[in-house]
Parts: sequence; structure tokens; C-alpha cells
Amino acid sequence: MGMELPKDHAESHEMEDVNISDLELVYHVREALTSVQSGDNDNYNQLVAVMHLSGRLDPDNRALLETSLKALSGAVSYIDISHHESLLVSIFGMSMWNYDPDIMDALKGLIISLAASSGKYVDSCLTMLVGNFTPPSYFLDKLKEPHGLERKHQVLSRVHAALKSIFDLVPLAPMRLLPIVVQRMPTVHNKHERLKLIVVYTENMLKLESSAMGELVRSTLLMAVVDRLIDLDMEIGWDDILHDDFSKGIFEMELEDVEEAADDAEQVGDELPSGSISRKSLSGNLIAELLDSLLVLTFEHLESCEGTGRLIEVFEILLQSFQITVLNAYKSKFAQFVMFYACALDPENCGLRFATMLADVFVSGLYPPLTRMSSVSYLASYLSRARFLSPCFIVSLLKRLVDWCLEYCNIPGGNINPKAHRVFYSGCQAIMYVLCFRMRSIMDVPRLKSQLLLMPLETVLKHNLNPLKVCLPSVVSEFLQQSKAARLFTVSETFIFNDLLESELSRDFGGLERLDMFFPFDPCLLKKSDSFIRPNFIYWSMVKTAYHGDEEDNSDEDVDEDNGDHVMVDGMGRSPDEQDLDLDEFEYSLNKMSITPKNSFSCRLDGELRQPMKMPSRIRPSTSPESL
Amino acid sequence: MIIGSERNKKWAWFNEIFEGVLLAYDVNILDKNGKILCGIHPYFGVKLKAKLLLFSPKPNMLVEGKVVRLTQASIHVIVLGFSSAIITDQDIREEFNYTTKYGEEVFASRSHKWHVIKVGTMIRFLVKSFDEEILHISGSLIPARTGSIRWLDKKSKNVCLADSSTTKRREVEGKSEMQDNETVGAAVSSVSNDHQIKKSKKRRWIYKQAIHLVNDTRNLQQLCYSLVWTDVITTQFPVISLT
Repeated sequence: MGMELPKDHAESHEMEDVNISDLELVYHVREALTSVQSGDNDNYNQLVAVMHLSGRLDPDNRALLETSLKALSGAVSYIDISHHESLLVSIFGMSMWNYDPDIMDALKGLIISLAASSGKYVDSCLTMLVGNFTPPSYFLDKLKEPHGLERKHQVLSRVHAALKSIFDLVPLAPMRLLPIVVQRMPTVHNKHERLKLIVVYTENMLKLESSAMGELVRSTLLMAVVDRLIDLDMEIGWDDILHDDFSKGIFEMELEDVEEAADDAEQVGDELPSGSISRKSLSGNLIAELLDSLLVLTFEHLESCEGTGRLIEVFEILLQSFQITVLNAYKSKFAQFVMFYACALDPENCGLRFATMLADVFVSGLYPPLTRMSSVSYLASYLSRARFLSPCFIVSLLKRLVDWCLEYCNIPGGNINPKAHRVFYSGCQAIMYVLCFRMRSIMDVPRLKSQLLLMPLETVLKHNLNPLKVCLPSVVSEFLQQSKAARLFTVSETFIFNDLLESELSRDFGGLERLDMFFPFDPCLLKKSDSFIRPNFIYWSMVKTAYHGDEEDNSDEDVDEDNGDHVMVDGMGRSPDEQDLDLDEFEYSLNKMSITPKNSFSCRLDGELRQPMKMPSRIRPSTSPESL
Repeated sequence: MIIGSERNKKWAWFNEIFEGVLLAYDVNILDKNGKILCGIHPYFGVKLKAKLLLFSPKPNMLVEGKVVRLTQASIHVIVLGFSSAIITDQDIREEFNYTTKYGEEVFASRSHKWHVIKVGTMIRFLVKSFDEEILHISGSLIPARTGSIRWLDKKSKNVCLADSSTTKRREVEGKSEMQDNETVGAAVSSVSNDHQIKKSKKRRWIYKQAIHLVNDTRNLQQLCYSLVWTDVITTQFPVISLT
């Protein structure tokens, strides 16, 4: 094969000089490679030595490395996997992060040529590129600097361009790429040095998901990301969240966040007030920080998916992953907010789909009881906290739950038995919990009010199975208070809970996993993630309950603020100003929806209740020893 | 017999039993009674007969594909949208020169002005070797019957017209091709004489049937996607029947 250029093209004449020298280089490299087989290794060894040039290179060495890489690209068919092992090892060991853009381009070209030349090199080339997802350890801290960010952009744009080119030339490359990407993902079992790379690595995975080969790799990659979120979530113990300072309740912290948000809607991710309990203790936790960053990365990715119209197909995969992984990981604290945020981005499709799936799992007898209980806990917490869900939709789902519970009640021979009927009790508790948050908004719409009144709630809750006695007392008492005020129904029996958060019976139905106290969409404790969630989230203090008139709404916050100060004093949270009012009602309002789980913890350890519990607004799974 | 599907996590492209990539199948169930197979409940055996369309390039076969990249050192081709192929400069005959035309890199024939290979050209090339694991072909443009399909077909058509005999001559050429052991497309069963390669309307009809089979088969949705977008319509494959 020769090279002849048409004489009447001026530009081809200009090319001629340049191309001849490039061609000579290629021939020289080809000779160096072929001569190895005859025992002449000098030129070959020189070539290998050039590949090892790194660090701050002078212009001559830079040019030498660049031209050598380019020449090798034209000679890949002469590379033999056994005779030129050292050359291949040095090529695959190169990190683009160490070089200037020109050398990056040359290396990229070589890798593409190598991958397309033979099936033997595809895996190694892909592994080399995946290795370049993350910088060398010395570079990690520089990522926060402008120079580091620029280098990161230079490298990653080339790495992904190379992967795209390989995909264009070798259509089966994604099949080979997937296991490499998943296996090389940093895990919680790695040392911290390696684990810190997980954010950059995941960024690359999500980039792949959006790329041309996305359709082929999406499912596996997204599931791997969710798995990693759960792994990190599991590493954060509840002890990391709980704090020694009992003086402030979670409800108060929640209130302060709301006030901050209300004061300035644009302030997102502000410094938290010094009184914040859980975030402070989490702030020094590396795992928590990584999880926070990963969640933010995922949220931003979901936003871009939404922008390009891909959110629904991505969501379907997340939903699948949720069912397999998150739903059964009962200690999941934050990972589920991925679903929450996806739903917030597209309430009409994703938002409804998520709730419907959870309800489907609950009512289906195909799933084990624990999965069903977990599912309805997610549903209850989601329906209560998702600001973007319409009351109309919530009522339709409540009806589904009530109908299922009614059907259950119609099975003859049912008597109170927390363990045997735990799925039923979890369903009842879910209904009551949702109504604690939503009753007022439902009753305010006449059509929905009549639907709610038509629901056989009374039949279900007053059945022999006695859910009012078994379910979490704090939820039941709040619900009864609101039901009475809304004239939904009244109970003749007085349920005296003494401000108990939980009871023996609720613990029984919750089981070892304490699914009676599982409200997974309680406010997110991760600072950066929460700034995404907050605009779509309902805090308890934002809720208009059925027993509060409009003129009393402003006093709620004052009441709640006082609540905190009085927690430790007499445990009843009463302020002297409220003595003129109905003490029964205010006792409930003051104690509404806030707990200090550490109290529960210490109380359980001591074997008796010391302080009265409050209505859970932020309930975590019980920290009783048997559940840890 | 499942074609690659990321969702199923079964990228079993190359079927070792049939020694090829299954493109399409047409099944006739011979007996509606299924036999219970002891020991592997709940599976049961069903007797059936199937026609399979397989992609199984062997050395010295001719294969057709689309050029996706062209450099001085190599031509990269995609066959049927899923198989990659490379033809290095050592395997490109002297007739072709690497050059640039209108800013585009091409391999242009010295002898025939209109015989040009560039990105997007459908070419016919010889199989040197086939990597079953990654479905990668090493190819050659040395034989005279390789090159741009459009130019080769036009050339053969002109030869036929010039000769003034019609179908009989084509059949003769078809048979002589067989004698040269160059076969177009997938492996040909030596059992049945009905499936000899013919450059005729019959082959095109068979291929259209194959595409029809592919489009009908739900399991091959992924492959259908590949087939559709790679402009493979002009490629011709005989149908193999197995009994």
C-alpha cells in the first residue's frame, strides 16, 4: 500500500511533508516491535522507557512521549500480547491525570486503536480507562482547587470520549465494561483513602448512564449506585446520630430549620444552629459526609435526567432497586431520599408510581410480612411528608389501606394479638399516622371530607383486634385528638397513654425490627442532601392539625419553642401561659410529634420510663439492645 | 438461545451449541404433549423443529459491513450492528491508496476512479479470523472480489449486461463461487442442496424472510434494534435449517 496524493489539491501538498515524518515514525516503531522476535530489543526497550516518562517533563520529553504514543497508535497491529508484555503493562499503567492535555489525547488515541485492533486488548483498555475515573491519591486534595477541577475535566472528558469511541468501534464493549466498572467501585471495606474516591467514581458511573451506551448499562450501574448508598447508610450507626445532649428535642431542631427556611427561602444549606443535635455529631463522620455527597450527586443527576426527559425510565430502575435493596434494609436512614427526590421532580408520574408500588406490596400476600410492614411504613411516612402529593391522591390511597384492613377484619375469629396480626396493625398505624398530618387538609375539601367520612374507619379501629390499643400510643393519641376535633369519630373508651411513645403491645407488633417505630422519611439529617429535600418536605410544625383554628397557628410555634425548654423540667412541656386553655388539648399539642429517642434508649436501659414520651415527628428505629 | 440483553444479564451472544450468533428462529412444535423430565422439575421437554439463522463467520468467508472508522493504518467495520471488524493496512491490496478527498480520509482505488472506501461505505471483505468471545473479525481486502459493495455489484451487473446472457450466466457464476469456497454471509449447511448461495432474487427473498422472522421474535428486540439502524438491508444471508 502506498500513499499518493492528488496533485491538484494544494492542501494535500502541505500534508505531504508532515505525513511522511509521521509515517516514518510509525515504520520505525513497527520495526522496533517486530525486531523483538528476532532478539533485537534495543529500540523496543527505548520505547518502553519512553512510556515510563512521568512527572514534570521538559518540552523535549513531552514531545517524545506524545509522538511515541501517536506512532504506536499506527502500529497496534504489530503489538504482540506475549512478546511485548512490558510495553503493554507500561501503557495500561499510565494515568492521564499525570500528563498535559496533548499527551492525554495521544494516549487516548492509542487506547482506542488498541481496543479496536483485537479482542485480546479490549478488557485491558477498558480497565485502564476505568482506572482513570479517579485521580492518584496525591491528587485527591487538589480536586477542590481550580487547577484540580480543570485537570479533572480534562481527564474525564477524554476518558468518556474514549469509551464512546470504543463503543462505536466495538459494539459489545459495554458488556465487557459493566463488570469492570462494578468490581472496581470503591466499597466500605476499602481503606478510607480508597473510599474517599467513591464520589468521583460514582460521578463517572452516572456519566456513563447518560452516555450513548446508557441504554445498555443503565440498569446495572444505577443498581450498583443504590447498593453503595445503602452500604454507606448501614455503616452509620444510630449511635453516630444520637447525642449526649438531651436538652433539645428533635422537634425543636426541626422547628428551627423550618424557621430558617421561612425567613429566607433562598438560603439553602445554611450553617445549622448550634443547638442541632444530630447533624453536629454526624459532621465529623467521614462515611456520613461521603453519603451526603453521593446523595447530592444522585439528586443532581436526577435533575439532569428530568431535564432531558429520561427521568421516568431511570426511575423505573430505581424503583426496582428500591424493592430489592432499600425496602428490606430496615436500618436505612437516608438512602431512601433518592426516591423521595425523584418523586418530587415528577410528582404526577414518579410520585404516584412510588406510592402505588408501596401500597401494592402491602396488600399483596406474595410478599413476606416484614416486607409488607416495611412497605406500609414507607408509604405512611411518604404520604405524610411529601409536600407535592395532592390530598385527593392521598385519600385514594388511604381508601385502599382502609379497604384492605376492613377485609382483614372480616376474617372471623380475630382478637387482639400483636404478633399474629402485625401486618394489620402496621396498616392501621399507617392510616392513623397519615391522618395526623393530613386530616385537616382533607377535611378542608368538601369532596374529600365526604370520602373520608364514608370510609369504614370506625369499623376497623374499633374492631376486636383493637388496633387503638396495639399501635404506637403517641400516634394513636394524636390521631384520636384530631379525629375528635374533626368529628371523624369518637371513642367511648378512654385511652390513657400517659404520653407514652411506645408500649409493650406496640413493641410486640413491631417485632425485633421495631417496624412500629419506623418512619423512614423523617427529616434528613445530612446537611447538603436536606437542602434539596427541604422545599418538598412537610415538617410537623408546618402541619395544621384538626384541633387548631387558623388564629392559633402562629401560637403553635411559640408553644413548640417553649416545649423544648420544658422538656427536662417536668417532662410535661407545659407553659404557665396555657393554664387558661383546655389542659387536655394543650397537653397533646405541646407533646405533639416530637420525641427524644435517647430518652427512650436510656429509659429502656434502666428498665422503666423516667420521662414521658412525645409524639414522634422524627422517630428512629428503637435503640433497645435487642434491636441493635 | 437468548440474545444479549442487559436487563436479563445474559449477554450470551455466541451460542456454543450452534456455533454462531443466533439471529432468528422459526419454531414448529411437533408434539403438543410435553414430557416430564425426571429430576429437573418443573421443566418439561417439548419436541420441536426449528429453522435457525446463525451468524458464524469462518476463515475465507466473505462478510459485509459498514465502515465506521478509517485511518492510514486500518479500516474499522461493524457487521450487523454487533460484530466489530478490523482490516489493517497489511491486508489492504496495493490497488487501494490511502488519501484524502475533499477533506475526508479514504482508500481510493488506483485502477477504478469510482471505487472508493470511506466512512459509511458498505464493504465486502474476507474473514481471516473470528474472536468468538468479543465477536471481533480480523478481515482482509486482498482478494479482488472485496471492496465497496456498491461498486462490486455495479461491476458485476455491467459484466452481465455486456455479456448479453442473463440468469444462466449468474447461476454459473454462483456455482463457480461455491467452487472457490467463498461463501457469502453465515455458515452454509452442507447437508441440504436447497440452500446453495445464489446471487439471485431468491436469496434476497430468503433474506427478507429472515428479517421478517427477526422482527416477529420478541426475544430479539435488542438485536432488531441493531439490525435496523446499521443499514444492513443489502446484506444477504442464507437460511439454515436444522433437523
